[in-house]
Amino acid sequence: MAGALSFNNVGMTFPDGTRALGGATFDVNPGEFITVVGPSGCGKSTLLRIASNLETATEGICNVDRDSIGYVFQDATLLPWRTVAKNIELLAELHGVDKAERDERVRNVIDLVGLSGFEDKYPKQLSGGMKMRASLARSLVMKPRVFLFDEPFGALDEITRERLNDELLRLFQLEGFAGLFITHSISEAVYMSTKVLVMSSRPGRIVASFDVPFEYPRAHSLRYEPKFAELCGEVSTALRGALV
Amino acid sequence: MTDLNSQVAVTPPSSRRPDDAPIETTNRVRASDIIGPAVVFVLFIAFWYALSTRLLPEQKRFLLPTPHKVLKEGFFTWEAGEQRGLFPILKSMWSSIQVAVIGLIITIIIGTALATAMATRRWVERATWPYLVALQSAPILAMTPLIRALIDGVQTQRILVVVLIAFFPIVNNTLFGLLSVEKSQHELFTLHGASKWTRLTKLQFPAAMPNIFVGLRISAGLSVIGAVVGDFYFRQGGVVGIGAQIDIYRGRLWGSELIAAILLASAFGLVVFIVFGFLSKLAIGKWHTTTRGQ
Ligand SMILES: Nc1ncnc2c1ncn2[C@@H]1O[C@H](COP(=O)(O)OP(=O)(O)O)[C@@H](O)[C@H]1O
Ligand SMILES: [Mg+2]
Repeated sequence: MAGALSFNNVGMTFPDGTRALGGATFDVNPGEFITVVGPSGCGKSTLLRIASNLETATEGICNVDRDSIGYVFQDATLLPWRTVAKNIELLAELHGVDKAERDERVRNVIDLVGLSGFEDKYPKQLSGGMKMRASLARSLVMKPRVFLFDEPFGALDEITRERLNDELLRLFQLEGFAGLFITHSISEAVYMSTKVLVMSSRPGRIVASFDVPFEYPRAHSLRYEPKFAELCGEVSTALRGALV
Repeated sequence: MTDLNSQVAVTPPSSRRPDDAPIETTNRVRASDIIGPAVVFVLFIAFWYALSTRLLPEQKRFLLPTPHKVLKEGFFTWEAGEQRGLFPILKSMWSSIQVAVIGLIITIIIGTALATAMATRRWVERATWPYLVALQSAPILAMTPLIRALIDGVQTQRILVVVLIAFFPIVNNTLFGLLSVEKSQHELFTLHGASKWTRLTKLQFPAAMPNIFVGLRISAGLSVIGAVVGDFYFRQGGVVGIGAQIDIYRGRLWGSELIAAILLASAFGLVVFIVFGFLSKLAIGKWHTTTRGQ
């Protein structure tokens, strides 16, 4: 059975000859949270850009319902002239959802991501963590069935990042979307996912896959358990192998 | 004049502040904001007195009356036959203001429309850009004989000069603003199937507002210059702008009125600058952060 998002031998060679992706095959099913780790420049963003149709793969097939994709970029890409509430409303506006329905949805997700009280602030008044929450909320408004994350917390300090990890996991359990998450951080990958994929350097291909056995909801204390450290170690070793 | 946009100081991000804490913004007027201009003003008046009572050779001093004489004869004499006093200055000023404002409105409408066409269609940009640059560097005043020969009506001629002089900054800044939207923001709109029109109205124009206001402010200032300078070349019948009036005072050696008229024309330029600074703050001050080196 094909997943909500499925890659079938997807490869990408840019017009300038750069071969960014060398044949990726995997599925992401609803209720799965798959994380991709890999050296920078190995084609991780390209993978997401293909999934969302921002880029067209030169090889293979990528299957996904394009109308139900949420995409969270590394920078929050909030529109600075809109307040938090107005930013969160944006995508619903672009999709022609009517005003009453939009207001209702915005109110719900603002509570969900913990931005109550910040509705009328402008992005320049927000910290990095708050901006990322608003960015998440903006996508959540469209109730995506497939959620793509391109290193969303990479620029945040560790404490904020861990807090947002927990909040995103809570949303994942609540909404049951199919998640595809890119990160540089191995512990973030293991903490969040049902499965961790390791990509080799360019042209990126999946060289290792680790099922993560821990039950959801995951507690913060999991990060200090030996079996957690052990799995992180295995991913790290695979990643080192992928670098050569 | 300090930058009217820069009064909202934003605390620089500090490495110790957690990313999850809201950022505080402060809004205060520093003492140096007032003391600086005041000191310059006093120095200016002192220099003026020195010029008109000592520095200038005696036979030229009548050209530059002392400040209090200018105040008395130029500003506090309402009407004193033969066009003396404040009334004729204000009358010609009003004529120039109308020309500047009408010219500016036309400039804004045509300029914004052209910039929009250039931003959305590459060929319009390629076709018109070289000529805009040529227009920007053309000596408009050298064209006045041609304008006079081709176009009837002093008023139309004066307005045309304003448009020609004020045109470039509006187009240039608006175009730059429309085209410098971040790639990731464009991609967000692409992902959600936004039409060209939606992109223009919900993304490019709002993003361009800071640049548009910079262009507006420059063009508004130029429209004042265009109106005043155009007056020198285009006058006929009853229509006398402030520029023509200044020229008349020069010819008659009426120093006080001459200086008063120059000061009022400059004040008009200053008012326009402040008004647009204020409008800009009103429109984008809430969300836009001006960056400024330490
Ligand atoms: N439009 C493009 N044209 C040419 N090369 C590109 C383009 N986009 C990305 N690349 C190259 O493809 C490789 C993979 O990029 P990317 O997917 O962004 O890597 P990352 O894993 O760091 O997200 C990089 O070497 C990058 O320089
Ligand atoms: Mg990337």
